[in-house]
Amino acid sequence: MPMAPYQNKNNYAAPFITTGLILLCSALLFGLLAAIQYIVPGWGRDTFSFEKLRPLHVSSAVFWIIAGAMGTVLTYLQEHNQKPLKNKALVKWQFYLFAASFAGILISYFFGVFSGREYWEFHPLFAIPITIGWILFIINFTTNHLKLKGAPVYVWMWFTGAVFFLFTYLESNLWLIPGVRNHLVKDMTIQWKSYGSMVGAWNQLIYGSSIYLMDKIAGNKKYSHSPIAFGLYFLGLFNLMFNWGHHIYTLPAHAAIQYIAYIVSMTELYLFGRIIYLWKSSVTTARKNIHIRPFQFLLSADIWVFMTLGLAIAMSVPVLNLYMHGTHVIVAHTMGATIGINSLLLLAFAYDMAGSQGEVMTRNKKLIDRGIVLTNISLFVFWLALIIAGFMKSFWQMSDTTEPFGAMMLRLQPYFRVFYIAGLGLATGLGMVIYPLLKKQWTKRLTRNAASEFSGGSYQEKAVEIA
Amino acid sequence: MSDYRIKTLVFVGLSLSFLGYTAWIYFHKEREDHPANAAAQHGKMIWQEKNCGSCHQLYGLGGHLGPDLTNVYASKPEAYIRAILSAGTPVMPNFHLSENEKADLIEFFKYTNSTGTSSPKSFTLHADGTISK
Repeated sequence: MPMAPYQNKNNYAAPFITTGLILLCSALLFGLLAAIQYIVPGWGRDTFSFEKLRPLHVSSAVFWIIAGAMGTVLTYLQEHNQKPLKNKALVKWQFYLFAASFAGILISYFFGVFSGREYWEFHPLFAIPITIGWILFIINFTTNHLKLKGAPVYVWMWFTGAVFFLFTYLESNLWLIPGVRNHLVKDMTIQWKSYGSMVGAWNQLIYGSSIYLMDKIAGNKKYSHSPIAFGLYFLGLFNLMFNWGHHIYTLPAHAAIQYIAYIVSMTELYLFGRIIYLWKSSVTTARKNIHIRPFQFLLSADIWVFMTLGLAIAMSVPVLNLYMHGTHVIVAHTMGATIGINSLLLLAFAYDMAGSQGEVMTRNKKLIDRGIVLTNISLFVFWLALIIAGFMKSFWQMSDTTEPFGAMMLRLQPYFRVFYIAGLGLATGLGMVIYPLLKKQWTKRLTRNAASEFSGGSYQEKAVEIA
Repeated sequence: MSDYRIKTLVFVGLSLSFLGYTAWIYFHKEREDHPANAAAQHGKMIWQEKNCGSCHQLYGLGGHLGPDLTNVYASKPEAYIRAILSAGTPVMPNFHLSENEKADLIEFFKYTNSTGTSSPKSFTLHADGTISK
């Protein structure tokens, strides 16, 4: 089943990716500024305080993931269908609604306007354009690909991600009902149910796109139609729906939530075991495709999937969770998932769409190579420093010490300094990778280059040329 | 049975189970989850409007720059909490709260404390990997 050539004539999806990359730069900038407060306590306390910097960082990162995922799905959908999107006005409206919401939300933080929800928060009025924008995304998706019969697994994943994101997003706003928000335990249960599943929803969009890209690199659709691909998809869906309870093991909610999340999360051991079992063939595939730029990002993301999944499974065992909950181990897990997996996969798609040919990419080849290495090394040090700081805090939490919180935080300073230096390296590495993409003036040239690069089997032809 | 029908059945089955679980989450009553009074409700809104959760945690969920405040009402005297809310700390800014706002925020801490204990030390660990109070 070879992937046929397709000359893409429109670039409606490109602005989503460009906007996403700018938002990633914003997330890195505000992340670095916020982290200063860990190594210089009280820095910017009265001007650029943490309650403003943290949402600026978190929302920029979440918007990068959402914008990147939407842009990728819309672009790959055209390639999959071998025809342009049907309603360009609707795609434009979708983009304008999201772009206006992103800008409005980030600006509102500077004026101290918050909803105060953990972890993705902004004034509830912004929920209106975001909801309408997402409904437009679902319409854009379904009007271009409604049939699931005979569809490869990534189309099922895109459909699932689009629908479940809307559901979980609406659910995250249930706190606006007084009957929910005035019961703390109920409110926090629903809050973490929605946000836990929402991550699963955007992962469906991103992982679906990574399967599409791997098919394209392989030059056939064997995997995306295989029973194992669908088996893993349903396993992911099962976890999306029921494993969110591991976020709230310590909340005095019904015990059944703990048991369900614990049992469901353990099914992920199959994924973990499968990665180890297939390690040898993964190495062979890696050797074969390592010269392909998007594959380099996919490979890095695969390594981060292994480490993040390992940590996630450990966190899902309630007894172990008790030693990690409320500590920086959770931050390490989040960073591994959002940077190591989500961002690296989105960058793989971005490089796939940009193409590796052309002056900008050729001239910046070494910069990109070094950027990928620096990103991965820095992220590993960053991740490790957070895990060590987390376990130090955990011992403090679990011991009978009378040491005050502030003194404990001072004790963690050396790890926070390492975390900050690694963060600088991470931002530099990602900057080296993002720069050529933005320089290529995506909004004008993206799909034209993509069409020539991607026209089915181009990766295989290139491999033959190199060989 | 066709391949597509099996996939559809699995998808629909999972979705219906998810909706059933969701309905149970929404409507079952938690033993400890009594509603906040009017002052605590207002205090909760102040907690959210000032984005206190970006630095502080409730039940271990929230930011990491400040301490968990679920049971602060039990562990610190009310005067101490009021002093922190009035002047801030070297790390926490002074949010210039009115006396009413401070009182309602303290009432919210009194309420969070009444819902349970957040300390991980308060749990019993079981051999099967589960935890309980």
